[in-house]
Order: sequence, then C-alpha cells, then structure tokens
Amino acid sequence: MFSDELRKISWEETTGKIYSKTDADVRRALSKTKCDVEDFMALISPAAEPYIETMARLSRKYTLGRFGKTMSMFVPLYLTNSCTNSCVYCGFHVSNKMKRTILTPDEIVNEYKAIKKLAPFENLLLVTGENPVAAGVDYIAKALDLAKPYFSNLKIEVMPLKVEEYAELVRHGLNGVICFQETYNEKNYKLYHPRGMKSNFEWRLNGFDRMGQAGVHSIGMGVLIGLEEWRTDVTMMAYHLRYLQKTYWKTKYSVNFPRMRPAENGGFQPNVIISDRELAQLTFAMRIFDHDVDISYSTRENPEFRDNMARLGVTTMSAESKTDPGGYYTYPQSLEQFHVSDERKAVEVEAALKKMGIEPVWKDWDQSFDHK
Amino acid sequence: MEKLVIAGREFNSRLFLGTGKFDSNEIMEQAILASGTEMVTVAMKRIDLDNREDDMLKHIKHPHIQLLPNTSGVRDAKEAVFAAQMAREAFGTNWLKLEIHPDPRYLLPDSIETLKATEELAKMGFIVLPYCQADPVLCKRLEEAGAATVMPLGAPIGTNRGLQTKEFIRIIIEQANIPVIVDAGIGAPSHAAEAMEMGASACLVNTAIAIADNPVEMAKAFKSGIEAGRMAYEAGLGVQAANFEAEASSPLTKFLV
Repeated sequence: MFSDELRKISWEETTGKIYSKTDADVRRALSKTKCDVEDFMALISPAAEPYIETMARLSRKYTLGRFGKTMSMFVPLYLTNSCTNSCVYCGFHVSNKMKRTILTPDEIVNEYKAIKKLAPFENLLLVTGENPVAAGVDYIAKALDLAKPYFSNLKIEVMPLKVEEYAELVRHGLNGVICFQETYNEKNYKLYHPRGMKSNFEWRLNGFDRMGQAGVHSIGMGVLIGLEEWRTDVTMMAYHLRYLQKTYWKTKYSVNFPRMRPAENGGFQPNVIISDRELAQLTFAMRIFDHDVDISYSTRENPEFRDNMARLGVTTMSAESKTDPGGYYTYPQSLEQFHVSDERKAVEVEAALKKMGIEPVWKDWDQSFDHK
Repeated sequence: MEKLVIAGREFNSRLFLGTGKFDSNEIMEQAILASGTEMVTVAMKRIDLDNREDDMLKHIKHPHIQLLPNTSGVRDAKEAVFAAQMAREAFGTNWLKLEIHPDPRYLLPDSIETLKATEELAKMGFIVLPYCQADPVLCKRLEEAGAATVMPLGAPIGTNRGLQTKEFIRIIIEQANIPVIVDAGIGAPSHAAEAMEMGASACLVNTAIAIADNPVEMAKAFKSGIEAGRMAYEAGLGVQAANFEAEASSPLTKFLV
C-alpha cells in the first residue's frame, strides 16, 4: 500500500529539497529523455522559472508525439450533493444549509439525454458526495447501468470504496475512477477534513491501491491546490504516480491540478495561490516527467488559459459542465459545488479547439472491450 | 515494383497508414489520398459502430482502400476475439489488425495473448495482421498460427525513433514466409526507406505523418521513401563497404603462398 511508501518520505525535507534545486539541476532534468522525481522537483522549483519557454516546447513535443493533435472530451454529471463530510473548502459541506438532491433514475436518464443534445459526448464522469446510505454502491451501479445506452466510457468520482465494491462497479461497466487526495500532508489533512469518512487520510490514500487491485482501467489523481505548499504536494503525487504505475501496470493514469481561487464559495480562503504562470510550469513539468499520463483541465480554468494550454500538454478537457446535481435538465438553477470559469457551450469549445488545429475526440473507447 | 500480395489481395502501395492523432478528419483524408496507400487502419474505439454516417469513417472510405479495423484498447485475447467479431459485423470485413497492449504507457504488444488470439481468429476466418514484438521466434509462431502477415515494431508507438529493433527485423524478414510489415516507431521517410531496403514488405506509418506541420506533404514524402527503398531492394543493393575496410597492415593470410 502506498501509505507504507509515503511514510518514508518527509514532507519538510522534500520541501527543502525543492527550494534548494539549482540552475544546474534544472538543466540536467531538461537534458534527460526520462526524468525521475528528483528531476520533477527541479522542474517545478523556482530555479526552473527562467526555462518556462524551453519547458513549454518540450511539453508540446512530447504531447504531440504521444497524443497527436487531439483532445479527449468528457462531461461530468453530479448525481447528488448530499454529503456526510465536512470539508472546510467545499460548497457541499454537511453543515451548509442548502437543499440536498439525489437524482432519481428517471431524472438521471433525463440528464443523460440532455447531455447528448449538447454535443456527441461519449466519456461520462459521474460525481457524488459521500452518502453511502442514500447514494451508495447500488445507487452508483444503477446510474452506470442507465448510462450504457448513451455513453461508451464511464468514470466515477465518488468516495473511496472497498476493493470488492470497485470490482462490482467494473462489472456494471465502470471504466475509470477519479479521486483527489486533496493533500498528501497527513498532519494537516484533518484540519481540512475534520469529520466524516473523508477525515480518514489513510483510507483515502490507499483507495488508489484498492482501485488497482480491483482492475479499474483508468485512475485519475489530483491535489487541491490551495491547501498546502503546492510544490510539495504535487511531488508527493509524482511519487504516488510512479508507485502506482509500477504496481498496477495495466492501468492508465491521469492527473488533475484543480486550484482554488480566492473567495470561491464565499467562506474558505485558500492558503496558497498558484498563478497561471506557475500552473503552466507545473503542467509542462508533469509532461516532461511523464510523457504518457493524461493531463486533464476542467472548466474551473478560464477559456483563454485552457485554449492556450490545449496545445502545450493538456490532453483531456471537460466542457459545458454543470457542477450541481440535475444541472443539465432537472434543476438547471441549483447550487454549484464550485464556480465554473469556462462557461462556453461544448460546441464553442469544439470550435475553438478546431480553430487551433486540435481535433476534439468524443469517443475513444468501445463498450465491446468491456465484454467478459 | 513488385506488387504486394496479402491474403490474395494485391496492393499497389507498400505504405499503410494509421488514422489517429490528425488535427482533423479532412486533413487525414487528404494525407491518405496523397500517400497513395491502399490499406488504412482505424481504431474501432474511435468509431461509432452504430452510426453508418460516422464522420471519421466517411473520410477513410474510398473504393481503392482496404479498411483495416484495429483492436487498440483491448488487453487480452478474450477481449480481442470479442472486439474482432464486433468489428467484422460493423465494418463488413474479415481484415483485422490485431493489437493487444495491456500496458497503456508504451502500448507494447502482449506476445502471449497476441499468439492466442491469432490462433483463434485465424480459425474463425479472419485475415489477421498482428502487431507484435520484433521477436523472430514469435513471428514464426504467429505464421504457424495462421497470421496473414506479421507486424513487428521498429520502436514503441509514437516515438518516431526509427528502426531500433533492426537486428531482429533482419532475422524476421530472412525467416518469414508471409509479408513482414514494420509497424510503429517509423519517424521519418529515411527510416521507412531503410526498412524497405532491408526487404520489409511494407511499413505502417501514423504519428510521423499526423503530427507533421504539413501532414499531406509528409505523406507524399513517405510515399517517396517507401518507393525508393523498395526499388533499391529489388534492384539489388551494391556491396556494402563495411566489410571491406582498410586491409590490415599485417595480413592474416600471408602464410598462404
């Protein structure tokens, strides 16, 4: 389990290492064809800032070689905002007084139909809060069953599950799981996740092993930038990625860098802010570190930044996302989990990508591959 | 130029094209036409199998082109056999590029599963073109299992690194009774020419054309590279200089009067 590995890596020492990386370390990393985590630290360090143009060129080159001039498109659907957790930064926080919704099977199907009218989406991401009683594994399995006639590839972003629960969902057509560790800083994790199941750091951390053991084909990782020193957090994620790649070598991995904006959701203020320039540097560094990992940008990012980064390392994008349950059809005006910065319609995102010489790919999986 | 024959069908071009990674279906179609290819492979995962008007497919279908569905995405023989049957139904062809790569990073073929699936699919009447390791013994085993060709890799997919497996491809060509098509890793027309000079039957190219600044011109360049290499092979390459480097100052055969 990765918790055994993480215990061997000191947060403080890693932070110290990153900030003492030198110009020579950066140049060494840039001259390699395969980078290790030490090189990654150099590339995200302040010492690499003068090399951002070189990094962008390398990132573009590797992305083109591996992914071509394409962008894989997906759409999220929030099934419920009901949640028993109390993450201090989240709009669906258990003690927020708000109307809670759990979509019924009929409502779910209406959402699927409404999504298909927006664009030829085939990659669907189903999102829930953590409410194992009212919206647990059976509920998610039902939503997957209902999705099959409409979508080719089904992913979920839900609470961490047991191995047998992931395996059960795979039997219902699940292709991938996205889970954000939020932060790898175990000491402070509880400050942000004080109560509920999510307060158990290790259960969440080892969830990725359980996904691998259950044979989930695709695993998405992420840290929420805004909680702890982002450079240290993404370095821990890089270690985690390498560990998973070696242990569960048949699984495809993706990384996300969701960042909090000041005053997002009114209450919680981010502890750290990452600038556009730094997020670009991080994206390039990740691509130079790993030529094959999917890098995903959501509609949290604004249109101009997303479009520019689309050529330089990003390989997966959502479009026209609603971050409230039933937002496409049933409850078009309900409360969002986070505010979307790219409010363009999917067809507008498609047109913008095409104009830049990037082909949006809606379908890149076939259900016949899941036949057992 | 001698015509290439696979499973009884003649091909005027020895360049096969892949269809991923292009910036639009229109450019892909132009590149296909400019390349002169008569064999084009398409990932079934990219095609809406229920939709006869699928946009990508529309741009690939031409009367002179043999459509070669591929199973990219499957991870074992069982999945491949099922996917192949779906492909046969949807595309109306027995031709199949068998790709089984359980490793999603380097997309390297699983030799064991590929051999198993080839055996099974050949028995079911498929014309199987398996993507495989540049492993001479495996290639003989695939031939015995009923493969129509073997498609050993030059380098990992998408790397454009050329014939990194040259020594093994040489042996595969020497031993094969079926066409040898070098697939994956070919990054420049000179790489393709080199493979053809060695006696490869054809090359399959995708990334190098799709990600070029001008894919249509690059397709033409590959057409020329393939033709030049094949013509040189058929014409009989001259004596290679490497074996005739400077005579040693103290000859080894001085004792032979």
